Amino acid sequence: MIEVDKENFEQEVMQAGGVVMVDWWGPKCERCLELMPHVEELARKYQGKMKFCSVNTSGSRRLAISQKVLGLPAILFYRNGEKVDEISGQEIAPEDIEAKIKQYAD
Amino acid sequence: MENVYDLLVLGGGPAGLAAGMYGARARMNTAILEKGRPGGQAATTEDLENYPGFGRGTTGPGLTRAMADHAREFGAQFIADTIVSLDLKANPKKVVGRKGEYYGKAMVYALGAEPRMIKVPGEGKLRGKGVSYCATCDADLFEELDVVVVGSGDAAIEEAEYLSKFAENVTVIVIHEEGKVDANQVSFERALQNPKLKWVWNSTVKSINGEELVENVTLKNIKTGEETDYPTNGVFIFIGTQPITQILDGQVALNPYGYILTDEKMATSIEGVFAAGDVREKYLRQVVTAAADGAVAAVAAEKYVHETELWDREVLRAAKPVVVAYYNPTDMAGTEKVGIVDGFVRKNNDRLSLVKVDATRNELVERRYHIAVDNLPLVHLFVGGEIKASLEEVSEAGLRQMIDRVLG
Repeated sequence: MIEVDKENFEQEVMQAGGVVMVDWWGPKCERCLELMPHVEELARKYQGKMKFCSVNTSGSRRLAISQKVLGLPAILFYRNGEKVDEISGQEIAPEDIEAKIKQYAD
Repeated sequence: MENVYDLLVLGGGPAGLAAGMYGARARMNTAILEKGRPGGQAATTEDLENYPGFGRGTTGPGLTRAMADHAREFGAQFIADTIVSLDLKANPKKVVGRKGEYYGKAMVYALGAEPRMIKVPGEGKLRGKGVSYCATCDADLFEELDVVVVGSGDAAIEEAEYLSKFAENVTVIVIHEEGKVDANQVSFERALQNPKLKWVWNSTVKSINGEELVENVTLKNIKTGEETDYPTNGVFIFIGTQPITQILDGQVALNPYGYILTDEKMATSIEGVFAAGDVREKYLRQVVTAAADGAVAAVAAEKYVHETELWDREVLRAAKPVVVAYYNPTDMAGTEKVGIVDGFVRKNNDRLSLVKVDATRNELVERRYHIAVDNLPLVHLFVGGEIKASLEEVSEAGLRQMIDRVLG
């Protein structure tokens, strides 16, 4: 997974061709921390099928708001620089994320 | 059969963690089933300063992590799975999860409660887009932004304080008249001193508005009926909780609001199923009362498992017909009569066995056979796991008659 922040979001996500999954998290978000190992495992499992990035919102708050992320955890999917789907909220489970990955995998 | 535990605890909040710790420490094979990370609702509260012995500076995640470590230290296992369905009448109790099936000789149901929604237009659509039920999770996203807090209970007032560390302006929307909140006075007085908090009284939220993100809320003054649009970036809702009991699907008796009814031993309407914490009907829902419930439930569950196993082995599945003598040890005259039973069974030990039960201490016989302690001793004759005869006036002649009648 690629750590992305306000400096390189444009380049790594928006300018990247194909599908990019971005995991928005924060150090105070317990559910995010809980999901993280699962997300990392999914990133390994589906390596090459899409690009996997994560953003720590605590250092990139304005970036989060620019992407309409105002609640964590949030998993957003971009295709060719355009947001195509998202799942967010305390209830999201690893299975839900995997289902979306399968849907958008190349 | 795999995954059979003496005690299966559902839920890893303070109630479940305390039950797990007590169960494991009592040497029961104990598992705690939790879909995510242990901690429950308490882990979503940053400042937690009213757990006895853990004052200022204590955090919800920190305290619950310590509780989880404590349970693990005594041998409780943690299972990470999401519950799909339950069969509580089965023996052992059965839990179907997404990843596997789990069984408990006794079960502690401690799935807690979740935030209640205000059920106004825009609330669902803008969830995660400014609408939040967890200040700890989302507060830092609102740095330099404005938020409103809906509610006036302990959670609302305390979380408003927490949000004021991040947000530019925090406005608390209170349904009551000026100066009246549902929260405890200590928290309220402190909040009143906080210059970043603003208060809107006599008001409710009629709708939450915005295209992609929250832009404003429509407030209604319940006294004048006047409606105003109040600009804000975030809406934090703390108007209480609702119990997580839908998955029970009617198997356990609930109160009209969906909370589980228990007795003081945390026993539910189903034998061997105990409930603990915010999910049950109770007066005060706090971390300390949840932990206390968990302790009571685990001890009651242990007694249940012990009594049930003993009863199964000695009475229900015994090779020979069993004479059960219930007695009250504080009643000397009555207890002496148990000696008659003792002597009678000894003379007939080729075809009978004897089980003596202190009915004042055995919860199983009270629950299953409704043995009244003021009318003892009492004798039951069990054959093949069923009561075939009972005798209230204990005498050798009476016992002989009963045995001859049933066994021939």
